[in-house]
Amino acid sequence: MAKVLSDQFYSVMKKLEPRYPNKVALMLPALHAAQEEMGWLPPESLDEIADYIGCHPAQVREVASFYTMYNLKPVGKHHIKICTNVACCLRGAYDLVDHCEKKLGIKVGQTTDDRKFTLHEEECLGACGTAPAMMLDDDYHENLDTTRLDELLDSME
Amino acid sequence: MSTSNETLFIQHFGNEESRTLNYYLNQMNGYTALKKALGMKPDQLIEEVKASNLRGRGGAGFPTGVKWGFIPKQSDRPKYVVINADESEPGTFKDRDIMRYTPFLLLEGMVITGHAIGSNVGYIYIRGEYTREAKLLNEAIQTAYDRGYLGKNIQGTGFDFDVTVHRGAGAYICGEETALLNSLEGKRGEPRVKPPFPAIEGAFRGPTVVNNVETIANLPFIVNRGGKWFSDLGNLPGSGGTRLVGVSGHVKKPGLYEFGAGGVTIRELIYDYCGGILGDKKLKAVIPGGSSSPVLRADEIDVILDIEPLQKIGSMLGTASVMVVSEDYNVVQLLRRMIHFYAHESCGQCTPCREGSQWMEDIVKKILRGQGREEDIDLLEDIASNIDGKTLCALGEAVAWPVQSFVKKFRPDFEAFIRGGAHA
Repeated sequence: MAKVLSDQFYSVMKKLEPRYPNKVALMLPALHAAQEEMGWLPPESLDEIADYIGCHPAQVREVASFYTMYNLKPVGKHHIKICTNVACCLRGAYDLVDHCEKKLGIKVGQTTDDRKFTLHEEECLGACGTAPAMMLDDDYHENLDTTRLDELLDSME
Repeated sequence: MSTSNETLFIQHFGNEESRTLNYYLNQMNGYTALKKALGMKPDQLIEEVKASNLRGRGGAGFPTGVKWGFIPKQSDRPKYVVINADESEPGTFKDRDIMRYTPFLLLEGMVITGHAIGSNVGYIYIRGEYTREAKLLNEAIQTAYDRGYLGKNIQGTGFDFDVTVHRGAGAYICGEETALLNSLEGKRGEPRVKPPFPAIEGAFRGPTVVNNVETIANLPFIVNRGGKWFSDLGNLPGSGGTRLVGVSGHVKKPGLYEFGAGGVTIRELIYDYCGGILGDKKLKAVIPGGSSSPVLRADEIDVILDIEPLQKIGSMLGTASVMVVSEDYNVVQLLRRMIHFYAHESCGQCTPCREGSQWMEDIVKKILRGQGREEDIDLLEDIASNIDGKTLCALGEAVAWPVQSFVKKFRPDFEAFIRGGAHA
């Protein structure tokens, strides 16, 4: 099996190993580390994680598919996740979603043709006092309106 | 009863400096409690926490000292301190500020907890979306190791304690403590059958306390100033300390506030502290404790914001996360969004929750499209009552209670859609 995960992945894992009483507990950290370097989790990466942990590949898949943050399909270069849960929808989150859909010419769940942006609705981000909020890649942006949203999206390389 | 206006946390929030160890040591009496606690016998420490009337800040409000008392003294397996930093109940955003502005309060609290229950291993299970907060926590943890506040022989006391940040990956259900433990162990976040409770068989089958971030961040104050002092910060019997209260939705000044427990009514909170309703509109509804707590009407807000008073009127304090809805917002649409969340987050183990939540969403959608029938309202109540109390974990109630309370309190809004079509 050709390896797809880097030495960096294995060195991060090596450091975490003494922190847990068994290797299966490294499942979520391993999935995070793999996604961080690959942008998503291609099937070969899941097989390699199974190999590393010493479990059946199906065990990795059943875990990876449970959690929404693990991308089992490729996403665009930038991942927009707009919270539309209670506090954000009270503060106009759906206007932001509509605006994004029009601006990017895609629907929620889709990726732009140039693969630059993927758009998702997100469940509560825990930024309710500064709603509406979204995640753009790893960063939170709060107290949003369409002007600020435009600025942010236009500034992305 | 106290008239104290003392706050423990909020004055440090928003200040980048406050997250440093130097600030913690110099401005917050940092790590003085640790030395004091390690000089106490574990039982003494547990008694002090019982006397403080500290109740869990994660939603259920269980007395922390009592919870610790369930941990067996002797155990063949290692014991664990697990911090619930999943903070995923919609409306809740307090633990995020504790972790990014006062991380050492949490870390010191964890070592104190470890001593109380006889554990040398701690995990902070933090929701996956809090990537920046996880990074800040890891930096604080590294500093604590470097300066001898974590690791082997902490400050020469002979006590060892390790802390590891474990990131979740987007699953509301992992805020439920046994789902969280499964997730920590590298499994799907599915709640376990109880008993055994985590105190007996928790993380990696060892005795485990699972406590919320805010709960544990209170410990340095309790140890330093005493259980009685802490208890007296509260305004009602059995409910000690201060509370971080998050306000969101249609108020002029949303955000975090801090009061002595039971020191404010919802009306005072909205009108005296949060500047009233946006656009000076009328109030329609208040969800007092995170989105799973039963909704209140505008005429029910003279209630004191604390555990027992809210319980008495059929709602709950939960995470003290108050969501305010103004008169012109469509509450039927709001309920649809809430059910959608729980349907999406149901882990799927229990049929009533998995099927019932989806079914209820479909019915509310139909009502919103103007295709509802009169009997659909009763059907919603019927499905909700067949979920309530019939699932392994509280996610069942979390979807049943909003449906039951919205239908009960805003029935005319539902009827208007049914009788008047989609443009009611």
